[in-house]
Amino acid sequence: MAGSTPASPTADGVRFPGVLRARSNSPWAEAWRRFKRHRLAMAGAVILALIMLLVLFGPLLWTVAINEIDFTARLKGPSWRHPFGTDDLGQDVFARMLYGGRISLAVGFAAMLIAVGVGTLVGAIAGISRGRVDAVLMWFTALFLSLPQLPLLLLIIYLFRDALKSIAGPEVGMFVLIVAVIGGFRWMPVARLVRAQFFSLREKEFVEAARALGATTTRTVTRHILPNSLGPVIVAGTIDVAAAIIAESTLSFLGLGFPPDIPTWGRLLFDAKDYMDIATHWALFPGAAIFLTVLSITYIGDGLRDALDPRQVL
Amino acid sequence: MSRYLLKSLLYVIPSVIGISIVLFTVLALAPGDPFEELATNPAIPAEVRANLRAKFGLDDPIALRYVRWFGAMVQGDWGFSFASRINVDTLILQRIPVTFFVIGSSLLLAFLVALPVGVLAATRPYSLFDQVASTLALMGFALPTFCTGLLLILVFSIALDWLPFVYRADISATGWRWYWEHFRQAIMPVAVLGFFQGASWTRYVRSAVLDVIRLDYVTTARSKGLAERVVVVKHVVRNAMIPVVTLVGLQLPAIFGGAIVTEQIFRVPGIGSLLISAILANDTPVIMAVTFVLSCLVILINLLTDILYGWLDPRISYR
Repeated sequence: MAGSTPASPTADGVRFPGVLRARSNSPWAEAWRRFKRHRLAMAGAVILALIMLLVLFGPLLWTVAINEIDFTARLKGPSWRHPFGTDDLGQDVFARMLYGGRISLAVGFAAMLIAVGVGTLVGAIAGISRGRVDAVLMWFTALFLSLPQLPLLLLIIYLFRDALKSIAGPEVGMFVLIVAVIGGFRWMPVARLVRAQFFSLREKEFVEAARALGATTTRTVTRHILPNSLGPVIVAGTIDVAAAIIAESTLSFLGLGFPPDIPTWGRLLFDAKDYMDIATHWALFPGAAIFLTVLSITYIGDGLRDALDPRQVL
Repeated sequence: MSRYLLKSLLYVIPSVIGISIVLFTVLALAPGDPFEELATNPAIPAEVRANLRAKFGLDDPIALRYVRWFGAMVQGDWGFSFASRINVDTLILQRIPVTFFVIGSSLLLAFLVALPVGVLAATRPYSLFDQVASTLALMGFALPTFCTGLLLILVFSIALDWLPFVYRADISATGWRWYWEHFRQAIMPVAVLGFFQGASWTRYVRSAVLDVIRLDYVTTARSKGLAERVVVVKHVVRNAMIPVVTLVGLQLPAIFGGAIVTEQIFRVPGIGSLLISAILANDTPVIMAVTFVLSCLVILINLLTDILYGWLDPRISYR
């Protein structure tokens, strides 16, 4: 058989070492390898992991109550008793930031899940059904994209906050409202991405093969097209977490987000901004926390884009 | 070109109607009734309340109420502010010039920063300048406007005491002094908004120029013996601007969010701070009108983007 080329490497039992290695590398391992090469993204991942560990387990170790009022220690700078200083009521800023960080990060991730869920649904329906349904859904997406987001967020929160507070209580009600509204205004880019992915993927040979073998539309979509369009969606979802954290802090900073007894980072800044000349630390630490978190997430998004989506989609 | 202009103009109408439907739906779905107080007041019989509701058309079908509301909005009859006791349109007309001034100057600043920096960074990719510019752009992207605003106040008003941090509309000085005071107090709000926009624009310009600069026609222009300056300015930048205009147009509505925050931080008396104070005072007519005005401004920006796009890329307008 000298000189003949086998039809496939396994046709007559020949195994090339390179082929074997390629098999053991799943797409996810490959992506992880590329992600690790992006040094800033790795740094961002480590910092974000640290922040998340701190806000998750910090309150268990740092057991100062967030609403312990101490008028003898008003507006004090950082010290051993109060690492991040105290506010105008003598409350410990560090404890408040740990607690508020939970809410800020939870809002970010929950709003991202809503945005990605709605966006994937709309994009998938538009991408698979073509024609009139596609046109209507895309008109809807374009309409939402041209809405001024912050003014509408403010309007909706103004109109609905009292009703939701009375139904679900001030904390849960506000959380649900803010997450739903932020998520509801961020699904459009994901929808466009998913639709574009569907348009290119549904013409590919492997999808045609699946259809020829008698797969239903649902099966083709869920087993073949969706998993392959996941890369850009994950990247967009990462950016959405950062955007949602910024949106929540903006609302709280304007005094229209969470009530004062839920000290999210934006709310802390709102309370601190009138004391900036005498208690700089009070505004500096929450501001730095927002900046660090958003910057880490942005770098992680950059790294994920290199790792999952080499074509650099917006 | 004129056909393209007309098409873009015609597209404005469904957008305005769509946005007004969204706004009205939000308002109609919201719980709460303007005559709620009367219901709990035992001195007012139920018939009076019913008559009032009928008089103001609150029991009419929702489509009819929408048409009536939209008609009034289009004719400029925006109602009466509960809080400041004047007509809403006068109130908004008083406030809007300041907002336009701040947003306009910050867009100009963003343009003046992003274009040269983005082009320079892209013509020397991965150089020191490029890396510094890209890192700064990413940071400007990640810093929310309220963080930069507070930081600037901290440095320039509190630590150095160079600039005032409260924007005043009633400056008593006259002549050059008046202009100087206005300029001084506008520096920080304009800088905050301008760098927020400029950061993302720089990223767009850089990647767009990088895409274009390796194309064959650029090599042709160089081999014709054109100066590098002419190649970059006349051949590269104009083509690179086409995707940039789209991205900028998509991202511009965010500037109104930034403007609301900036006006609130520096107490600029524009429509952004009007919106916040109206929300805090439960002043529904003002809130609805400001949101409507801001939505119309977004549509106007989209229209301008379309027109600019057609001018930059004649292939689109002649299709």
